[in-house]
Amino acid sequence: MHKLLVKLSSSSSSFSSNPLRHSKNQRFILPLLPSSITSNPFTASGSPPRPSIPANRFISRFGYPCSADLFRKSPTLCSNSTTFGVIWSSRCISSEAGRESIEYDVLIVGAGPAGLSAAIRLKQLCQQNNIDLSVCVVEKGAEVGAHIISGNVFEPLALDELLPHWRQQQAPIEIPASSDKFWFLTKDRAISLPSPFDNKGNYVISLSQLVRWLGGKAEELGTEIYPGFSASEVLYDASDKVVGIATRDMGISKDGSKKENFQPGVDIKGRVTLFAEGCRGSLSEKIIKKYKLREEVNAQHQTYALGIKEVWEIDESKHNPGEVVHTLGWPLDPKTYGGSFLYHMNDRQIALGLVVALNYKNPFLNPYEEFQKLKHHPAIKRVLEGGTVLQYGARTLNEGGFQSIPYPVFPGGAIIGCSAGFLNVPKIKGTHTAMKSGMLAAEAAFGALHEGLNMNTYWDNLRDSWVWKELYAARNYRPAFEYGLLPGLAVSAMEHYVLKGKVPFTLKHGKADHEATDLARKCTPIEYPKPDGVLSFDVPTSLYRSNTNHDHDQPSHLRLKDPKIPEKLNFPEYAAPESRYCPARVYVEDEEGKPKLQINAQNCLHCKACDIKDPKQNIEWTVPEGGGGPAYSLM
Amino acid sequence: MKILVAVKRVVDYAVKIRVKPDKTGVDTQNVKMSMNPFCEIALEEALRIKEAGFAKEVVAVSIGPSQCVDTLRTGLAMGADRGIHVEANSSFLPLTIAKILRSLAEVENPGLIFLGKQAIDDDCNQTGQMVAALLGWPQATFASKVVLDNDKHVATVDREVDGGLETLSVDLPAVITTDLRLNQPRYATLPNIMKAKSKPIKKMTLEDLKVDIKSDIEIVEVTEPPKRKSGVIVSSVDELIDKLKNEAHVV
Repeated sequence: MHKLLVKLSSSSSSFSSNPLRHSKNQRFILPLLPSSITSNPFTASGSPPRPSIPANRFISRFGYPCSADLFRKSPTLCSNSTTFGVIWSSRCISSEAGRESIEYDVLIVGAGPAGLSAAIRLKQLCQQNNIDLSVCVVEKGAEVGAHIISGNVFEPLALDELLPHWRQQQAPIEIPASSDKFWFLTKDRAISLPSPFDNKGNYVISLSQLVRWLGGKAEELGTEIYPGFSASEVLYDASDKVVGIATRDMGISKDGSKKENFQPGVDIKGRVTLFAEGCRGSLSEKIIKKYKLREEVNAQHQTYALGIKEVWEIDESKHNPGEVVHTLGWPLDPKTYGGSFLYHMNDRQIALGLVVALNYKNPFLNPYEEFQKLKHHPAIKRVLEGGTVLQYGARTLNEGGFQSIPYPVFPGGAIIGCSAGFLNVPKIKGTHTAMKSGMLAAEAAFGALHEGLNMNTYWDNLRDSWVWKELYAARNYRPAFEYGLLPGLAVSAMEHYVLKGKVPFTLKHGKADHEATDLARKCTPIEYPKPDGVLSFDVPTSLYRSNTNHDHDQPSHLRLKDPKIPEKLNFPEYAAPESRYCPARVYVEDEEGKPKLQINAQNCLHCKACDIKDPKQNIEWTVPEGGGGPAYSLM
Repeated sequence: MKILVAVKRVVDYAVKIRVKPDKTGVDTQNVKMSMNPFCEIALEEALRIKEAGFAKEVVAVSIGPSQCVDTLRTGLAMGADRGIHVEANSSFLPLTIAKILRSLAEVENPGLIFLGKQAIDDDCNQTGQMVAALLGWPQATFASKVVLDNDKHVATVDREVDGGLETLSVDLPAVITTDLRLNQPRYATLPNIMKAKSKPIKKMTLEDLKVDIKSDIEIVEVTEPPKRKSGVIVSSVDELIDKLKNEAHVV
């Protein structure tokens, strides 16, 4: 212990006389126990432009059960949910056998547009103010960008603020939007309508590529990014304040026992923790429930849509870079909100997708099959003919807008990006608002850590920003469709041309998505045509194109709170909707037609549709081992 | 004793690949790359030997473009002590790689060289054998068990051969290539990934190693396999024989 103190004080004297750093080292000493310390301050991240700065955090090793317990002062640290079965209790045992703990100033969960914008903004503020804060981003995908999928027609508003010189820095933003087409589809025709969108100044991009670029920028500035690590639980201190996350144990086999290569997860702590997990983030949802963040501002529930997308490489003659097409109508029925998009990127690639709102009523609806139908429409078919599919993927997105924004600050951190829900539904853009929310949270976190301000400044600044103005003006478009397709279109036209959100009322959302499903016996089954293998495909073929994979010998990450509900309720009452809305065929009925649910967790695309749409909210999506899931690169 | 482990950066095994439109090769742009699974097994075995006390140092080496450094960092995070990156802008065939590894072995003087039995992108299964031949060292390929007897400077290796298992005794220094059942590679933990950032990776060029990279083999064309045609149900044995004779030309 004494040797350690001497070591620390000598290294701290080599630091700049920064009270922040010095006080941090002092804080570390207290919880450590003599017998188990093998800490060694190691050199910081290998980011090129910076000189070797002594570490401002280090790892402590705990070899004994008692030390782990003492370090965690709170008994609630082992779990934060009541839904754990056999598998989690074995994880708790492993946690006592030596979990390492790493501390940062700011911990960001999720390397998406919001998370990376927050990291970049934090490092920029550090540079401007000549101090240093350690920033760590953990990402469950195997690489930055592997789990990123989006339309995407990008509005560079937030990027202009974040990195004003992006145009000279080889950002993968090259194709300006050149036209805005809007079609109403019937089974055979495409009727051109005046476009409600104005994408002048926007760019057709691959968000996965842009996020990879942002990741590089964040690392250049000194952010530590760790892909391949999934945050499986939130860590709290004795006062119920969030102090960080724990990564999932690796190397547990299907039956819960430890495999040869078992590695316990690691506790990553942050003085501020920002959750940027994207739509329906697994930990963010727990935080929102725990701190009652929706109730705090009288927000409504969040509503969602499922987007299914393919990137095609098409014939040169049919390719028109920058062309932006949106459709409404067929194949969806007038009671189901949704539409499709077709964007021409570069390299003869196009992005094609269908977005279906998850408050659809007919449990027989299969969004994946609707997408396959769409591709056979003459107007779409003629673009695709002669082309090949490069990638496939699916992800849910927020449609709640303004009415569903929760209070995003909680003790210990904040929620940014789609985990809170800033997508502008009539524009169908969420990237720019997610990035801005990340930047604002970073500014608040910097203020909290450097100047002792409160994180609430994030909420205040959000409400003063263009994000709020935009979402407020857009708030009545989507709820109007609760009354039907035509009333929805009428209100949209009114809002777009005349009202622009300046009405004294705010329409409310209807039922929550999982409550909106009608009973199967009240609805007509839908017959879907067989795939032709050229334009439409079966799920396994599409899934192969998502490059999704998980180590099969791990416990299923899809937890059933009550394992009997699928056969007692989902199957008889709702005709097993999970076997229809899942775009990865994770949920399959037993081969003999018996109502037994088989969960092929290995196929999962991490879209979260099941977590949202299951009628009794019986399916809980939790993170699998890090590094699994899809490997998107063009999406 | 020092162990040299050669690792290759290849397209991840779960990724769907496609052939480039100009047929010069497989499209590797914007595609997820990782360490070859057999190389991971090789590195894991080297680390276990070091942990058992038979070796002092494990050196990981990779030959390729600058992104190979990422693969080496993963190796360092698993536990290798240092890395060597041999800069090469085109992809090389096994004989060239073997020549490079031979030069490196003459510089580093390892007691063992571990390689994966084959790379999952070319499935050549040649590099390990060629390195052994160039160095004049014994080789034990498709290893499913490796036991070192450090006193005798001998390794006893079980090999997976077509007929079953073959046990060889090889004098060190030797070349061993690893097969699937040898071990289960460890995960790179977060603390180890952080520590790996400060482990050294030495950059070397082909000029440094004095290797002649001229290859006698040139890849002319890469095409996708022909699409599987759907099967035909025949109605009688005569029809079957007729089809086998006149359509498939196999009888």
